[in-house]
Amino acid sequence: MRQLTLLISLCQLLYVSAVEARGEHRELTVQDPYIEMHTGPGRGYPIFYVAERGESIAVLRRRTDWYQVQGPRGEQGWVSSEQLERTLEVDGEEFEAHRSTLEDYSGRRWEAGVSYGDFGGANIISTFGAFNLTGNLSIELSLSQALGRYSDSTMTNINLVHSMFPERRASPYFTLGTGSIKTEPKATLIATVDRTDSLAHAGFGVRTYLTRRFVFRAECKTYVIFTSRDDNEEIREWKAGFSFFF
Amino acid sequence: MESRFLVLLLTLAAGVMSLTGCGRNRVIDEAAAGEPPVIEPEIDRRTIEQAKIDTEDFEVGIFAGQLSVEDFGVNNVGGVTFAYHITEGLFVELGAGYTETGLTSFERLSGAAQLLTDDQREYTYYDLSLGYNIFPGESFIGKSRAMNTALYLIGGVGSTTFAGDDRFTLNIGLGFRIMPLDWLAIHADVKDHFFDIDLLGEDKTTHNLSAQLGLTFFF
Repeated sequence: MRQLTLLISLCQLLYVSAVEARGEHRELTVQDPYIEMHTGPGRGYPIFYVAERGESIAVLRRRTDWYQVQGPRGEQGWVSSEQLERTLEVDGEEFEAHRSTLEDYSGRRWEAGVSYGDFGGANIISTFGAFNLTGNLSIELSLSQALGRYSDSTMTNINLVHSMFPERRASPYFTLGTGSIKTEPKATLIATVDRTDSLAHAGFGVRTYLTRRFVFRAECKTYVIFTSRDDNEEIREWKAGFSFFF
Repeated sequence: MESRFLVLLLTLAAGVMSLTGCGRNRVIDEAAAGEPPVIEPEIDRRTIEQAKIDTEDFEVGIFAGQLSVEDFGVNNVGGVTFAYHITEGLFVELGAGYTETGLTSFERLSGAAQLLTDDQREYTYYDLSLGYNIFPGESFIGKSRAMNTALYLIGGVGSTTFAGDDRFTLNIGLGFRIMPLDWLAIHADVKDHFFDIDLLGEDKTTHNLSAQLGLTFFF
């Protein structure tokens, strides 16, 4: 236990000296009568110190909407972005804490997310990445795993997504794409073989901007699997999930 | 008569010139072509390059512990986690783990009978979970040291590869995060991973409990 404490203290010492040696932190001047420094990055953590008007503070790091700052006497605490916006930069401008807004959402380039749903009776888990070509049109690449009672499948898909009102908080979209599916029947079934088929799919959905970089989406798709048998297989999929944009 | 006509013509010409602005242009041209100003202002703007702020919303780490696989004994488990903190309370986590399961009691008693091959005994899983810090707080160690902590609830979906098949898995758990440094966290989690398995002929839901310790870094 003593070694562990020693190790932790050593790490902390090394880190603190590294921070001080760098000296490359954003310097801000308090403009409000005072700003409150919390012991942790959250509303519930107690306020243990206040920096007064005119005092200079250095911003060490950001976590979600909280900033860790260091006061003139070396005290370190966490300040909310709302309070930090009431401080001045070196050039006299007010500090701007960049919080993602609906505008950033409309102008996003990259999006990545996960979703979960029902794929013709099986549970499906998907991850996807998307690149916005224009305001309305984006291209998506997704990887899904469907886990059913009699078989498991992995799917890779590429599709185009057309968003109808990209500048609004909520917008419906249409999607069209193609891909391939690998189906593995359960090991407990007898005399079955794995197979890989190509597929095409079309669907619609709705995407809603929630907060920060967070987006909710729900969609319904119909897949047509081009099997080597006489008939093509049609599968309906419903899923909902979250995504982030950059 | 002739001189009166000349006066009229000149007056008209002057009027047209003043209307079209020919005279004005000429005055400006003359001023522009004149001497340079006495004081040449040398504007040297101070450019301030402000340091960027390090955003640390991602958390990556490793964990190790014990996983009780129903019917297959308690085994060592290890894995990796990757998390993104959306707000001060909410985070998403992607985790993956691996363990090798032991023998069932039946296999031990019967001696020779083997339910699974060695490959099928390998248990790997991944999960996508949503977590919420229900009780953020501080822990006090000794007289002068306080560490930020949080008790969080976590749950999600995933897949487990075991006994030759992938199985849809739900997980739910409770975790405790203690932060000795602002960028380093120690986790202690208890989780239940449950899925349906038809290994012995009929479907049954198995509950696989894990207790694990983790070390993560914020970046």
